Amino acid sequence: MSNAPVDTGRRRFLTAATAVVGGVGAVAVAVPFIKSWNPSAKAKAAGAPVEVNISKVEPGQLIRVEWRGKPVWVVRRTEEILENLATLDDQLRDPASVEEQQPVYAQNAGRSINPEFFIAVGLCTHLGCSPTYLPDTFGEQVEGVPSGFFCPCHGSKFDMAGRVFQGVPAPLNLVVPPHQYIDDRNVLIGVDQGAA
Amino acid sequence: MVKNIVDWIDARIPMTATYNRHVGQYATPTNFNFWYFFGSLAMLVLVNQLLTGIWLTMNYVPTAEGAFASIEYIMRDVEYGWLLRYMHSTGASAFFVVIYLHMFRGLIYGSYQKPRELLWLFGMLIFLVLMAEAFMGYLLPWGQMSYWGAQVIISLFGAIPVIGDDLTLWIRGDFVVSGATLNRFFALHVIALPLVLVVLVFLHLIALHEVGSNNPDGIEIKKNKDENGWPIDGIPFHPYYTVKDIMGVAGFLIVFCYVLFFMPEGGGYFLEKPNFEAANPMKTPEHIAPVWYFTPFYAILRAIPDKLLGVIGMGLAIAVLFVLPWLDRCKVKSVRYRSLTHKLNIAQFAVSFVVLGYLGAVAATPALTIAARVFTLTYFGFFVFLWIYSKNEKTKPVPERLTH
Repeated sequence: MSNAPVDTGRRRFLTAATAVVGGVGAVAVAVPFIKSWNPSAKAKAAGAPVEVNISKVEPGQLIRVEWRGKPVWVVRRTEEILENLATLDDQLRDPASVEEQQPVYAQNAGRSINPEFFIAVGLCTHLGCSPTYLPDTFGEQVEGVPSGFFCPCHGSKFDMAGRVFQGVPAPLNLVVPPHQYIDDRNVLIGVDQGAA
Repeated sequence: MVKNIVDWIDARIPMTATYNRHVGQYATPTNFNFWYFFGSLAMLVLVNQLLTGIWLTMNYVPTAEGAFASIEYIMRDVEYGWLLRYMHSTGASAFFVVIYLHMFRGLIYGSYQKPRELLWLFGMLIFLVLMAEAFMGYLLPWGQMSYWGAQVIISLFGAIPVIGDDLTLWIRGDFVVSGATLNRFFALHVIALPLVLVVLVFLHLIALHEVGSNNPDGIEIKKNKDENGWPIDGIPFHPYYTVKDIMGVAGFLIVFCYVLFFMPEGGGYFLEKPNFEAANPMKTPEHIAPVWYFTPFYAILRAIPDKLLGVIGMGLAIAVLFVLPWLDRCKVKSVRYRSLTHKLNIAQFAVSFVVLGYLGAVAATPALTIAARVFTLTYFGFFVFLWIYSKNEKTKPVPERLTH
């Protein structure tokens, strides 16, 4: 042991420097623990596109397909439904689909590539429940609108283009997934129109 | 012989001293009433949950493919599996019954006030961890309500601006609630959170024994000691309150066993009906409601017609309880000696909480949504009013000694 006087300034500096280096190490070690919670390579691979045959869907019918573990709806809309859509603008939060809840090629009146078929992720934008399709009884929820989607969890309402009504908890329109028409009968969900 | 062994141990760890400090010579006020049962009952339920939980893991399969079937296996094929499982599921609800009553006791007798703020904070942390523990446990049976309940609660984090979507993806470990989510919830439910819970309970008790127990009069018994330094209004915890607590345990077990054996599903409130159907990511149950102990907060979430504000409102409803010791500026602790205003305020708070609990459990209609908004306001109103009137509250004189 040397008898030199204690240099407190130097001691404080060394203590702080050691603490900082140790702290950096602790943060670095935290990275693998946190990153391991991200979706695994397997989960990501399971997010591959899905092909749907739409030729057998009746007018007014809804079919569900699974894409990335989520329900995706394909609804065949009739002329009356499409006409009714145009009359709802003042009751909706985002009638013109300004929010990016759909690919640009579906940013139109029917929120679709082909107005006859509405394709959307069937999960409420509030808290992710799957809304119920009410083809005949939606008028009980919104007067004068015969069909639409009603979320049983918290009462959010959507029209037949997945546009959200005002005064409900859901903030945004339903998500339209990236999709493309392979031909008249088949739709590929999960790949953008024009993409390879 | 026994004395020699005790001496040998005491020379190495402070066994006798610790026992005396926390049990044998822990000075407890003489006037505890039935409200003081719920702390020890919470410990009893914790032990029940730990024991039955460990036994359940011996037959439970934490995968999306095997979870639902393994619960049925436990219920039908494992000897006494049904009993262990119902003890665990009934215990979860009992835990919240006991904890809510324990918190209400603290509320009416001012047990959160100086010098017990830290004790209250540890208690609130226990409540918070307990909610996380219960939520994650409810996913494990992998029934319809497990699945969609988890979907809804995890989506709450999606309301956070900018990072919300990535955060929910990180919590789930997949694009939807999946086997990956189930596995990590299992790990957290059986290892991580119970460890945290036990540490917090330890700290809660250490904090309690450092400052001493409050009592229905809200008087500090330590201010009035005899020549030996023993509080005049104090009695040792053992045997006086150990015996009293055994009475509480007996009463509790009568009710607990009635539920356990005659209505283990709690009328659909402890185990919800849709949970007897395996999780189906393609189909949401008609009516989603959380288990009863979350419904007051859920009603607040639902009452606010904006996603982010709803989540903030629900978070605030819990966060505001943390700062209760600093919102109450009155020096008198017990409701017995406080103003009529305070009594009425506590009463309306209790009513608001129960009504919100009801509203959160039933389907939302426009009229009930209005009611939920009104009671959300009165819930938060309790804290606002308290902060205002407690500064110059007209209180009754507090006696020097305990009353009985």
